[in-house]
Amino acid sequence: MLEGRDLILAGRLDGVSAALRPGEVTAICGPNGAGKSSLLQCLAGLLAPEHGNVLLDAAALSSLHPRQRAQAIGYLPQNGEIAWDLSVRNLVALGRLPQGDRGERQVDAALASLDLEKFSTRPISTLSGGEKARALLARVLAGEPRWILADEPLAALDLGHQLALIAHLRRAAGAGAGVVLVLHDLALAMNHADRVLVLQRGRLASDGPPEAALDTALIERVWGVSARWLGEPGARALVAR
Amino acid sequence: MNRPILLLLLLLAIAIPLSLLAGRVWLDPWATPNAAVILGELRLPRALLAVTIGGGLGAAGAAMQGYLRNPLADPGLFGIAPGAALGAVLSLLLGYAASAWLLPLFALAGAAGAMLLLALIAGRANGLGAGIALFTLAGMMIASLAGALTSLAISLAPNAFATSEIVIWLMGALTDRGWPDVWLAAPLTLVGIALLRLAGRGLDALTLGEAAARSLGVSPGRLQALLVVGVGLTVGSGVAVAGVIGFVGLMVPHLVRPLTDRRPSSLIVPSALAGALLVLVADCVCRILPLVTELRLGIGLSLIGAPFFLHLLLKMRREAL
Repeated sequence: MLEGRDLILAGRLDGVSAALRPGEVTAICGPNGAGKSSLLQCLAGLLAPEHGNVLLDAAALSSLHPRQRAQAIGYLPQNGEIAWDLSVRNLVALGRLPQGDRGERQVDAALASLDLEKFSTRPISTLSGGEKARALLARVLAGEPRWILADEPLAALDLGHQLALIAHLRRAAGAGAGVVLVLHDLALAMNHADRVLVLQRGRLASDGPPEAALDTALIERVWGVSARWLGEPGARALVAR
Repeated sequence: MNRPILLLLLLLAIAIPLSLLAGRVWLDPWATPNAAVILGELRLPRALLAVTIGGGLGAAGAAMQGYLRNPLADPGLFGIAPGAALGAVLSLLLGYAASAWLLPLFALAGAAGAMLLLALIAGRANGLGAGIALFTLAGMMIASLAGALTSLAISLAPNAFATSEIVIWLMGALTDRGWPDVWLAAPLTLVGIALLRLAGRGLDALTLGEAAARSLGVSPGRLQALLVVGVGLTVGSGVAVAGVIGFVGLMVPHLVRPLTDRRPSSLIVPSALAGALLVLVADCVCRILPLVTELRLGIGLSLIGAPFFLHLLLKMRREAL
């Protein structure tokens, strides 16, 4: 269980509490500036809240050694920065730094699960945006963390790559990992998350299964947009009224 | 041990003996009178000093580029070399340079002062994201402050002789250096390179940005401390015994990077070896060139370094287009 209790961070979070369960895909949604990335970074142990605390399996996250924390929680930042032109394999192997081993088996498995084997010796600069995003996710998977926290992992990806990446994340959740994603696209959250947290100005506006947490009344209240959902559960599309 | 390291070690094994013989007058160990004294007391310490300083600058440059995630970073950016130069200039100004130990000690004190200032500022900048940028700006501030104080010291010099002594020292050279300089610089540089090597894993993680590095268990404070002390020891001891020698830390990692897998950690030792080789060869060339007086090493390396820097900038611009 990864639990945030009454998290307060000046100007960004204003008393957010949520207990996240392993084996689920949780989406954090909200308008720009609602505090989504801040909440994710608090849960990842990268930002210390001014008040409240984050518990990992009932132990305070801040009391863990950074390496212990890193072994448990994998974090994928939004910008996807890669400063040096490493080979795909060496990039993915960075995910083993918390364990301090080369982890050949885990790196091979991560490359295979994201269909990157054929690129493994290629410099990362020769990959397309979608392939790069897969390599960065493989880096997180190589560490075999119990929690995968990703900030907008699907932004800037085309539809095919978005669905492929979501499928990988769902598979990780199926294998028992807790997956927490900041998502801008409400339809992706609606169709692929098990649970949605909606933030508004640093507060939790709703929390629950997607059909309930993202109902149209809430969307109107939080985003100020009058919209309605089309389609069947699991294959919804959002259209403005 | 990997291939670039072996190759560079081999080149050094060839270059060091050759450098002992090279000079305006080439030395024949069997025919030249007093060959043993010249080799043992002049050329060997000078060669070892070139290797030491070059090694330190190369490793510091590789670590700095990894830390700042910028191929244009140079060890001078932390303000440690200007700090060390200020210390040395003060000792010249105060007339303490007559003792063999005081000038290097003043320079080391200057480097330590710059490191302390950096550490004080860094201690207040541990936020996510802003850390490294603020740190770099602080380093540049220290560099320009030390530069201004150095200029002030020069302008306060009591006579033209003192001024020229300071200016010439600032140009950097290995002329007339001896064993005491080696004993001072070599251990400090080796410790510095070892610390930078320890920072390697953290630098690798920084490839993915500061937030990802922290999420991989890297402690920004520890990494920063390793960098500051490592660069301080290598660069500070280099300036203490040879004056300001620029561009080595910038050039060498670039030349070496294509030979490695481009991870910052696998660049540090090869850069140290290549830096050693570059300074050793450049010092020999300075010695051999048929000029009226010997070309100062610092000037020689800057003459090569500046066009190289321009070449880098143009190449980066081409790639960005």
